[in-house]
Amino acid sequence: MRLTCPLCGTRDRREFYYSGSEDYLNRPAEGAPIEAWDDMLHLRTNPAGVTKDLWYHETGCGSWLLVTRNTVTHAVLATELVAARKGGAA
Amino acid sequence: MRIAAKGLIDRTKPVTFTFDGKSYSGFRGDTLASALMANGVRLVGRSFKYHRPRGILTAGPEEPNAMVEVLDGASQSPNTRATVQEIYDGLAAQSQNRWPSLRYDLLSVNDLAAPFLSAGFYYKTFMWPRAFWEGIYEPLIRRAAGLGRLKPQNETASYEKAFAFCDLLVIGSGPAGLMAALTAARAGADVILAEQDSVMGGRLLSDDGTLGMPWVDATLAELRALPNVRLMARTTVVGAYDQGTYAALERVGLHLPAAPHLPRECFWRIVAGQSILATGALERPIAFDNNDRPGIMLASAALTYLNRFGVVPGQKVTLFANNDHARQAVRQLMAAGVQVAAILDSRADASTVEDCPVYLSAAVTDTQGRHGLTEISGTHADGAFKIDTDCLLMSGGWNPLVNIACHQNARPIWREDIAAFVPHSGMVPGLTAAGAANGAFSTHAALREGADAAVAALTDLGRTATAPDLPQAEDAPYRLQPLWAVPGKGRAWLDFANDVTVKDVKLAAQEGYTSVEHMKRYTTQGMAPDQGKNSNVSALAVLADATGRGIAETGTTTFRAPFTPVSIGAMGAGGQGAGFAPQRYMTSDQASRDRGAPMIEAGLWYRPSYFPKPGETTWRQSCDREVLMVRSAVGVADVSTLGKIDIQGPDAARFLDFVYTNTFSTLPVGRVRYGLMLREDGFVLDDGTTARLGDTHYLMTTTTAAAGQVMRHLDFVHQAYCADWQVRFISVTESWAQFAVAGPMAKMLLNALLDQRIDDFPFMTYGEVSVEGVKARLFRISFSGEEGYEIAVPTAYGEALFRDLLAKAETLGGGAYGMEALNVMRIEKGFITHAEIHGRITAFDIGMAKMVASKKDCIGKAASQRPGLMGPDREQLVGLRPVTKTEIGAGAHLFNLGDKVERVNDQGYVTSVCWSPTMESYLGLAFLKDGRARHGQRVRLVDHMRKTDVLCEVTDPVFLDPEGAKLRA
Repeated sequence: MRLTCPLCGTRDRREFYYSGSEDYLNRPAEGAPIEAWDDMLHLRTNPAGVTKDLWYHETGCGSWLLVTRNTVTHAVLATELVAARKGGAA
Repeated sequence: MRIAAKGLIDRTKPVTFTFDGKSYSGFRGDTLASALMANGVRLVGRSFKYHRPRGILTAGPEEPNAMVEVLDGASQSPNTRATVQEIYDGLAAQSQNRWPSLRYDLLSVNDLAAPFLSAGFYYKTFMWPRAFWEGIYEPLIRRAAGLGRLKPQNETASYEKAFAFCDLLVIGSGPAGLMAALTAARAGADVILAEQDSVMGGRLLSDDGTLGMPWVDATLAELRALPNVRLMARTTVVGAYDQGTYAALERVGLHLPAAPHLPRECFWRIVAGQSILATGALERPIAFDNNDRPGIMLASAALTYLNRFGVVPGQKVTLFANNDHARQAVRQLMAAGVQVAAILDSRADASTVEDCPVYLSAAVTDTQGRHGLTEISGTHADGAFKIDTDCLLMSGGWNPLVNIACHQNARPIWREDIAAFVPHSGMVPGLTAAGAANGAFSTHAALREGADAAVAALTDLGRTATAPDLPQAEDAPYRLQPLWAVPGKGRAWLDFANDVTVKDVKLAAQEGYTSVEHMKRYTTQGMAPDQGKNSNVSALAVLADATGRGIAETGTTTFRAPFTPVSIGAMGAGGQGAGFAPQRYMTSDQASRDRGAPMIEAGLWYRPSYFPKPGETTWRQSCDREVLMVRSAVGVADVSTLGKIDIQGPDAARFLDFVYTNTFSTLPVGRVRYGLMLREDGFVLDDGTTARLGDTHYLMTTTTAAAGQVMRHLDFVHQAYCADWQVRFISVTESWAQFAVAGPMAKMLLNALLDQRIDDFPFMTYGEVSVEGVKARLFRISFSGEEGYEIAVPTAYGEALFRDLLAKAETLGGGAYGMEALNVMRIEKGFITHAEIHGRITAFDIGMAKMVASKKDCIGKAASQRPGLMGPDREQLVGLRPVTKTEIGAGAHLFNLGDKVERVNDQGYVTSVCWSPTMESYLGLAFLKDGRARHGQRVRLVDHMRKTDVLCEVTDPVFLDPEGAKLRA
């Protein structure tokens, strides 16, 4: 498997650390109900098809990537820098 | 038998080798199979189940019969295909799966017991009584199972792994592959041409047709001259993976005598923009009774032995075929002077015009000859026949080698006109099949498809290519009438390697295993080393017939990587022994080893365990001395392995407040603070100290174990939640060597060494100092409970400083201390490590709930306040002290006095233990339900592993100097 790091180019999967669902990006605001935290921390869909998840270019530039890929065909549809997303402020 | 003036072998280079201890000679360029055949050896192996005598069926890596053990120095490679193994001087091979010898094999009684050994034999026979399963049946089955033997020792031979990248990967170098490579190479693309054989050319090497070696040689010469082409012979592409990644196995040293530094094999990962599957096709056998005798082989194999190796497989040859193409073999054998007894064509309407007798509507129904074929019998249009023959060639048509195209679970499609499965586009993204692999069987068609596929692949890569003019080549139509199995009463083999016959497949269908996947598992068809390359299509055709379904409807089993067997040694190349994980060494490493310190692994680091003094015979003696030395004088330890993260920027303070539970924005410059870090789910991630070096500059330390994890976490928090904050950080772990100097004489030692005295340097302060003019960082922190400092210098000065510190310490009655002493002292002080913060521990559990600041948000704060993560039901950190001086062990569980020792009564567990020479007692750190409320109570410590049951008193986790008087001295 290969992923395209927006900073480093296409690299072997072994350079990346897999973290999990993009849900971790949606951190509830302070004081949010416990259900919101439960959603973010624990509840996951398991799609057969397009999914978005987080990968860390651990042995590369240290960027966190949001990867859009297809769990059925294994096609990697898009990779973007987590830091470049809109609305990422805490 | 060798014949003159044929073959690509080098007759000026004789090669001597042994088979079953007997010496033979061949020529450079021979495979073991061709050399044995040249020496008249027909019997080369025994079959798996019935121990039937077997010869050579094929001339390629698909060989199911001629598998041998190659003895190579210390190792022994079982199931080596004689049709692939090249001979070299000194090659020693032996037959396998026979005892005491190949000709007289006692287990060949299995052949007589064949009626009882049919499909499902194991499932039916070894069912009862149940008590026999493990003690009797399993050893029995294991003794009989398996083909070759390994030597029961570690592999010592060397293997390599390598990575390669290209625009176009061409798999196979027959007419299609060569043409594809040539087309792409001329267009300037970066091309890799991988060929499993030792020589490029594929089927063209076996063919005496119009397009022969001159074209192959000229094409290869052109490709070799181009800088953008890599020709990889002896390289089998074994698997197709995601995003154009292919696995390939190169035989580097297997065809040569063992030599130092020469790896046996190299495991390649090739990443290709586009790829072309030009793997060709495999001829398929026909199933008829006793079709497995030595001397019965594929027609195409005979052609290969004749033209490639100058060897003929028999004196009097017969052909049994269902297609036109196979007749090439007998025509060329006749031209080479070999007597051909007859062509037996299963078709009624085929041509009879040949230079030998041709019989139509023919069927071979039986064969004779115990250790080699002597006679065949059957029927043809004129009635029954018997023919004396020592070599029967068979051809049931061709199966395109679709395997690689199917590795991502796509299924091939059935083409009725050629009675074969072919790939279709899109099975593996970026992979296109061409030539025989695509069902285009004539040489002309293969050339054309190869060129077209390369043009299309390059177009996909955004390049322009034009197909070269195609050379003249045969373009004969492929005429065949399917024939899978000749009806008969005996055993007609489908899967030679696993001894699966037509009967077995029919029995499977009859017993309800009608799905091809079920049939495979019930009969074991296709599960031998050849993975069904010779038998899958025929077996499913027989199954289709037995179940009244079509072949397309019956479908194929799943094609899985690897295409041919790959040794584990090759896949794990470089990962044995010291290569298993990276090794990280501290600057003091040599100095520690010079002092005889045993080094232990801590993560990837190697740290000294203890520093033995003369007369000390156990680690405990050294450890106890080192602890007392630090507590009474001064000790020095290398702590460079702790993670160090340099954090800078106007928002650095704000960022630390966000990742730590406690507050760092209030930390004055020049001060150090202990910090606790949570995961977002509320559990403790790590702890450590962070110093404020300047207004916008902090230095964080992490534990050794979690350094990488913390860096990843900080990157995530920053990039995901506050990318717009002005803060940057980088790991400086390897830039600084850092040493703990601890003990009542620590300051005295430092003052003797530093360029300026540090008379006023309170606990938890940081300052810049210098040692012999080298700038250093000094932290007043302690992990031992003593007055402690940590001094950091740039890595280059680490070893020198360590040696200086030790020399000075020794004049003060101190010295180096290792991990064991460090661990004892931190347990005495109740300081936690990752033995305690193991991932299921909250701030509350370790008594640090108050460190989660109420005035600010931080990572993990919300989740740490979830129900169930606080309160008396939680197991809380406590100290344990055995009531009598009894040894205790980590991992033991705790029980209330009077409770039965059962899981439901479990009160907690022990995480760390030590013998404390300071307290003269064993001490433990443990998590105990409601532990903080139970100081002074007694619990039972039960350790089933070490068989101990010890009464302990629950205490505060800080055993020594709870007020911290020594720490702040």
